[in-house]
Amino acid sequence: MKISFVKIIIFSFIVFLLVVFWRGLKIDNNYNTKSLIGSRISNFQLSEINDDDQYISEEDLKKNKYTLINFFASWCAPCRTEHKYLLNLLNKNKEIKIIGINFKDKKFNVNNFLNELGNPYNFVGKDIDGKISILFGIYGIPESILINNELTVIKKIIGPIDEIQYDDIIKLIQ
Amino acid sequence: MLSNIGISLVVLVSILSFLIIYIAYFDLKISKQIIEKKIYKLSLFQTTFTVLSFFTLVIAFINSDFSLINVYENSHTTKPLFYKIAGTWGNHEGSLLLWVNILVIFSYLFLVFNHAHNKKFRLYTLIFQNILILGFLFFLLLNSNPFSSIYPVPIEGLGLNPILQDPALAIHPPLLYVGFVGCSIYFSAAMASLLSGYSGKSFAQSIKTWVKVSWCFQTLGIIVGSIWAYYELGWGGFWFWDPVENASLLPWFAITALMHSLIVLEKRNTLYSWVIILCLLTFILSVMGTFLVRSGILNSVHTFASDPSRGVYILIFLSLMIFSSLTIFFIKYKKETYNFNLKSRETFILANNWFMAFFLVTVLIGMLYPIFLDVLTGIKISVGPPFFNIVIIPLVIPFMFLMAVGPKFGWIKSKNKILNKVLILILGAGIINIFILLFSDGYSLLSNLIFISAIFLIFHSLLDIKNFINNRNKLELPRIISHLGFGLLVFFIGINYQFSIEEDFNLKVGEIKKTSTYEISFEDIRIKESKNYKAVIGNFKLTNLKNNLAQYLGPEIRIYSNPETLTYEAAIRTKIHSDLYLTMSNVSRSDYYNIKFQKKPFMIWIWISALMISLGGFMQLTLKKNEN
Repeated sequence: MKISFVKIIIFSFIVFLLVVFWRGLKIDNNYNTKSLIGSRISNFQLSEINDDDQYISEEDLKKNKYTLINFFASWCAPCRTEHKYLLNLLNKNKEIKIIGINFKDKKFNVNNFLNELGNPYNFVGKDIDGKISILFGIYGIPESILINNELTVIKKIIGPIDEIQYDDIIKLIQ
Repeated sequence: MLSNIGISLVVLVSILSFLIIYIAYFDLKISKQIIEKKIYKLSLFQTTFTVLSFFTLVIAFINSDFSLINVYENSHTTKPLFYKIAGTWGNHEGSLLLWVNILVIFSYLFLVFNHAHNKKFRLYTLIFQNILILGFLFFLLLNSNPFSSIYPVPIEGLGLNPILQDPALAIHPPLLYVGFVGCSIYFSAAMASLLSGYSGKSFAQSIKTWVKVSWCFQTLGIIVGSIWAYYELGWGGFWFWDPVENASLLPWFAITALMHSLIVLEKRNTLYSWVIILCLLTFILSVMGTFLVRSGILNSVHTFASDPSRGVYILIFLSLMIFSSLTIFFIKYKKETYNFNLKSRETFILANNWFMAFFLVTVLIGMLYPIFLDVLTGIKISVGPPFFNIVIIPLVIPFMFLMAVGPKFGWIKSKNKILNKVLILILGAGIINIFILLFSDGYSLLSNLIFISAIFLIFHSLLDIKNFINNRNKLELPRIISHLGFGLLVFFIGINYQFSIEEDFNLKVGEIKKTSTYEISFEDIRIKESKNYKAVIGNFKLTNLKNNLAQYLGPEIRIYSNPETLTYEAAIRTKIHSDLYLTMSNVSRSDYYNIKFQKKPFMIWIWISALMISLGGFMQLTLKKNEN
C-alpha cells in the first residue's frame, strides 16, 4: 500500500472518531463548573414572551431570595426530561423563583410546550436570536443558573437537571 | 431446560461458522470451479440451527418461561400472545439473536443463489460473512446472552414497556433488521470482490438483488417506525429528527446512493471503487448506528437498551471492521478514469449520489457534533429540527428537479430536447402553487419553491406513466412509482405543514371549547378495564362549525400495571382528506384535563406516498425475477 496524504487524513479522522466514541462511553455527568460559581450577574433586560411591554432586569431578581434561571426551548428534547424537576421545585419551595429564558424558539411552540408539560416559570423571557443567553455564558441548552439575592452565581448546571442536581439545589437553598 | 437448548444451539452455530471458514479457506486453493458440497451442507445446518435457536427463545416467551432472565425482564403472563411473541425482539438480547439469524440466513441464500458467479468471490464472501457472524455470536454469548438462566425461577415477569405494545412496533424491528443487517452480505461481497478481483459488471449483478431487498426493507421499516411514532407517542408529528431516527437514516442515504450507482456499474462498467466504498459504508453506518443506540451514548426514546459494556464490545468490533475494510480497499485500490458526458444518465445518477452524500454528512454532523462536544469539552447540547430543516430542505428543491429530469437522459450521450417540456411543466406547477397560495395565509419563498418542485416532479412522473401505458416498458415502472412517491411525499408534507391546525387548552367534564373551525365538547369520562391495563377514556364531541357535522372521539389515558406506566393514547379519526387528532392528559391535582386538538390535512397521503416509494422497490424485485 502506497502511503499518501489522503490516506493518512482518512485514517486519522477515523481514529479520532473512534477515540471520541471510546471516551464517550466513559464520560460521567459531573462537570467542572467551579470557575463560573461566584461570579455576579451583570445588567440585563428581558422581555416577556407573550408581551413585549413587560420585562424584568437584575433589580427584580434582587427581591428574590433565590432565583433559578433556566434556559430552554420547545425543540430541545432534554428540556422535556428536566421539566418535572422544575415543576417540583416550584411546588415544594416558596423561597425560589424560576425564570425561564426561551432560546431561539417560536412563541406558538413555547406556549404549546408549556401547556403540554405545565408552566414552572414565574416569568418566561424571550431570547429569539440567542444573544441574551450568550451574555449569561450559555453554550447550549438546557442550562440553568442558580443565583442568590446578591446576584451571585451559586450553582451552574449544564445539561438537563436530574435527581442529583435537584437534590443539590434543595440543599443549597435551605 | 430451554436455556440449555438455546445455548447449545448457539455454540453449535459458532462451531459450524469456524468449520465453514476453515473449509472454505482450503477450498480456495483448489482450482476446480465448483464449490465443495460439504460447504453447502454445513451452511444449511448452520442456518437450521440458528433459526431453531430463535424459535427456542420464541417458545420461552410464549410459555412465559421465567427461568430465562431475558423473559423475566421483558414479559408477563397477562400479556396478549401477540406481544409475548413480539417481546422476543423487543429487547437487546433477543434482537441480537434476530440479528445473527439474518446474518446467517443471508449468508446461506447468497451462497445458493449466486451459483453462476466466480467461485473464489463466493468463497471469500462466505468467509467474511462468517467472520461477521462469529463476531456477533461472541458478543451474544459473552455479553448479551438471551438464554441466561435465573435461579430461583421468578413467578411473574416484569413486563414489556407498554409503549412498545403496538402492532406497528412489533413489526418495525424485524423489518429494520432485515434492512440493516441485510447490508452485511454486500459488505462481505465487497471485501471478497477486492480480494478475488471479481469486479465490474458481474460484481454488480451478483449484489444488486441484495441491495434492493435491503433497501426495500429499510425504507418500509423507517416508514413503519414513523407511523408508530404518530399513533403511539401522541405528539402529533411523524418525524422528530430524533438521534435514533437519524441513525436509521444514515445507512438509508448510503444504500440509496448505492442502489443508483450500481446501475451505472452494471450498464457502463465504471464507478467500481465508488460502489465498493458505498457497500462498505452502508454496513459500517448500520453497525455505528447500533453502537450509538445500544451503548447509551445517544439519548432518545429508543434507548431501551443502553449499557456501556455493550458499547465497548461493539466499538471494538466496529473498529476492526473499519480498519480491515479500509486497509484492504487501499491495498487493492486502482485508479479509475471517469469520462462522463454532461448530458448523460450517469451524470445525473452521480448527481443523486452527491445529494445523498450531502444529506448523509448533514445528518451525521447533526448527530455526532453533540457527542464530540460532550466528550471534548463536557458541554451538552441538543441539535434540533431547526438545524436539519434549514440545511436539508433547500437542497430538496434541486434534488427533485434532477429526480424528474435525470431518468429521461440516455446512457453515454443524449441529444434529448426536453427543455420545452420542462418549461411547460414548471409553468403548470407554478400555477397550481398559486392556487394553493390562495387558500393559505401566505407562505415563504422556500415553501413556494418546494411546492413548485414537488408538483413538477409529480407532473413529470405522471407523464412518464402515460408513456409507460403507450410503450409498456416494464423496467421503467418501479422507478416511476418510487420517484412519484417521493414527489407526493414532499408535496403532502408541505400541505400538511402549511394547513395544520393545532389547539392546546384545558377542559373539565361538561365544558365546551370553541376554536375557529371546531366546537369541542367534553361530554363525559369512563373507565375501561382491559387485560393488562386500565384506561380512562374521555368522550369528546367535535362539531365542525362550517357544516355542523358532529363526530365523537375518545382519547385514552392508559394505566399499565406491568410495569406500572402511564401512556396517552391519541384518538385519531383518519379521513381521506384529513386527520382529526385528539390527546388528553391529566393535570395533576385538578379536575382539568389538558387537551391537544389537531387537524392535519392529508395525513394518510403522507403514509401512502411513503409506502409508494418502497412499493417501487418491491415491484422491481418481482419484475427482475420474472425476467430471469
